Amino acid sequence: MKLRERIDAIKKPFGKGQKFERFAPAVNAFDTFLFVPNHTTRKGAHIRDGVDLKRTMVTVIIALLPAFIYGVYNTGYQYFIQSGIAFTFWDALLHGALKIMPMVAVSYGVGLAIEFAFAVYRGHEVNEGYLVTGLLVPMIMPVDIPLWMVGLSVAFAVLIAKEAFGGTGMNILNPALTARAFAFFAYPTYMSGNKVWVSEASNVDGISGETILGSLAAGNDVRYSMFDMFMGAIPGSIAETSTLWVLVGAAILIFTGVGSWRIMVGGVLGAAATAFLFNLWGANTLMSFNWINQLIVGGFAFGIVFMATDPVSAAQTTKGKWIYGILVGLFCILIRVFNPAYPEGVMLAILLMNVFAPTIDHYMVEGNIKRRKKRLNASLTAAS
Amino acid sequence: MSADITLKKGLSIPLNGEATRKIIAPKTFNNFIIYPDDFHGVVPKMLLKEGEKVSLGQPVFFSKVSPEIQFVSPVSGVLLKIVRGAKRRILEIQIESDGKDNAIKHKMTKLDKLSDVDVKAHLLASGCWPFIKQRPYDVVANPNNAPKGIFISGFNTAPLAADVAFVLDSQQEDFQNGIHALAKLAPKVHLSVSADDTSFLSDVKGVKIHRIKGIHPAGNVGVQIHHIDPINAGETAWVVNPEDVARIGRFFASGTFDPSRKVAVVGPVVGKPQYFQTRIGAAVEPLLKEASISANGQVRIVNGDVLTGVATHADGSIGFYNNTLSVLREGNRYRMFGWLPFVGSKIFSMSRTSLSWLLPNRKYALDTNMNGEERALVVTGEMERVLPMDIFPMQLLKECMAQNIEKMEGLGIYEVAPEDFALVDYASTSKIEAQAIIRDALDLMIKEVG
Repeated sequence: MKLRERIDAIKKPFGKGQKFERFAPAVNAFDTFLFVPNHTTRKGAHIRDGVDLKRTMVTVIIALLPAFIYGVYNTGYQYFIQSGIAFTFWDALLHGALKIMPMVAVSYGVGLAIEFAFAVYRGHEVNEGYLVTGLLVPMIMPVDIPLWMVGLSVAFAVLIAKEAFGGTGMNILNPALTARAFAFFAYPTYMSGNKVWVSEASNVDGISGETILGSLAAGNDVRYSMFDMFMGAIPGSIAETSTLWVLVGAAILIFTGVGSWRIMVGGVLGAAATAFLFNLWGANTLMSFNWINQLIVGGFAFGIVFMATDPVSAAQTTKGKWIYGILVGLFCILIRVFNPAYPEGVMLAILLMNVFAPTIDHYMVEGNIKRRKKRLNASLTAAS
Repeated sequence: MSADITLKKGLSIPLNGEATRKIIAPKTFNNFIIYPDDFHGVVPKMLLKEGEKVSLGQPVFFSKVSPEIQFVSPVSGVLLKIVRGAKRRILEIQIESDGKDNAIKHKMTKLDKLSDVDVKAHLLASGCWPFIKQRPYDVVANPNNAPKGIFISGFNTAPLAADVAFVLDSQQEDFQNGIHALAKLAPKVHLSVSADDTSFLSDVKGVKIHRIKGIHPAGNVGVQIHHIDPINAGETAWVVNPEDVARIGRFFASGTFDPSRKVAVVGPVVGKPQYFQTRIGAAVEPLLKEASISANGQVRIVNGDVLTGVATHADGSIGFYNNTLSVLREGNRYRMFGWLPFVGSKIFSMSRTSLSWLLPNRKYALDTNMNGEERALVVTGEMERVLPMDIFPMQLLKECMAQNIEKMEGLGIYEVAPEDFALVDYASTSKIEAQAIIRDALDLMIKEVG
């Protein structure tokens, strides 16, 4: 326990009544990463489950990793394949890593700095939620976005979408999606169009940086097979492309019970049904785009598995989760099909439903209250 | 046999140290303690002074608010000491036994000839009344209320809890007697038994029997009431532990207060977990010795089960309501990188974030470590998984914290007791104290609504 003693010595000036007591949350955040604290139960149940927020959030990160690693690889793969340069697996991985790791560093650096500052300011411990947000932000950005935009988007998201509402657990909108939406509307030329989705596409003429949904919205044909779309060897935001690896993540989330399977299943049902109905209608290329393909291209799979299931911004009641999930799927396809200015609809669909999630919950809760009132009235009439 | 009510939600926590079905009598010990805190909300007014003699069944104090409710001595001897805390609040009443058990004997007529008023008066005078608790609020029943029913849970699903059928073994007649007495106080008496129950409880007369299937908290009487005949605003229900029904039955047969208890000493650090024939207020020390506690470092001794019990210490005594004494290792140690998921299989978790799910039959030696720190409420759905009631636990807890009485009523505060939220305490990723929040909310309701 030598290390433990040294940490305790370092922490001494941050203890109760000591000089740097206010900054204790910042030190504790590092300490609790090394050691699960020795706190014991004081009231209530004498034993507690092995799970805590750190374990939960790290589980989500583990679920994200397959899609993340594939995203790093695919970044290099898209670049080399389009520019016609011979490459190995490791070349692709290295190319992607050089592009993406700085984004991850900026995202974590800016976001955690703000989180730590607010924890000290408000006098509570640092919440672990940002560990997931910080990784999600680069995963859903186009690869060539300047680093300062990543930093600015993160700052906007953490300050406006999260801390302004009271911090972790209180936010209405998903912070990672807010960061993306901020960049999307503030710097549209870096966030949409046909020059941003493949590494170096805006600098090298030979590279087309168009996504499948983008070319569909422009009325063009799709050059990729369903297998490519499923495996993810297509252009897109960094880690959204591979349905396969997203499904692996979904399996981890559902199996561990960390992610809501109701939202995921609801979302898939909502999107599939909507897309299927449009297939039957079939008035244009977007409508007749195969409903299965709708589920595996773009960010839908990634969004419904990792973003829509954010427990804070999603519906919180059991039935509410179904409704919320189904509506996310429905709006995602609606936006894709009816608004060619936004080839991808999942970001806006989730943000829209984030706003309506409290309303869905409100009606669920009111339903419970009404059931109870009805029972009371029934017993009163029976008594009289 | 088939079940009337099947509850799918809940959690059984596989703990080491279940009591073997063996009863022994511990060495006699002369020190007894009554804890007024066992009776939530009761402000005790002492009837005896330090040094005064006391008989078994003699009132020691009464409730300031309801003076007719008396609390009696479990033993004859001398009132040794009244231990007071801050603001002179009484924490302990220590009684030294003289080993004679001189008991106060009440004159009894046949139970059939007693009216409801007589039964009530006898229960109050004998010191048996506090065994009857009321819902809402989870406090000692107010004798002036007319309850809509009396509910008895004939099985206990809490981790390592004493087995009701075993504790009640050979007390069938007393139990039936107790039911006769209680039946005079309410229009209906409900007895819930486990769906696979084969004990005499299934054949008890004069009660409505409900067969209930499910894991913890299916044995909680509050959960059962919710499914049998839920409590509406303005209604009351009374609840009695099955062992105390038999005790009430014995009182009406003999006229004396019977303080005996069979206590299961259980827990992962108990060498010989088993049952002890002892009594209310008896010192826990001889029990712990006989059961041979083996742990490196500190242990926590809990009056009651590990989810709802009250921590006591080695010089402490058996609580008024408990027939389980749980012993756990104190978890005041650091675990390096203990939060890493999918590492190790010794951590039990409702979520499958530890490899413990690979070993479904393993039992665990859980300790009192929090396994994390308090955080903002982030994860949803986990509270709902362990509360088999048509109640929105997170929303109710939030309204309780906001002290929004109207919303609390609407969301079912009258139907819950802290013990129903014990598993929420346990399961919470954010390590919130749900039982304490519910207790405070119920106290607020008592103050504001009454």
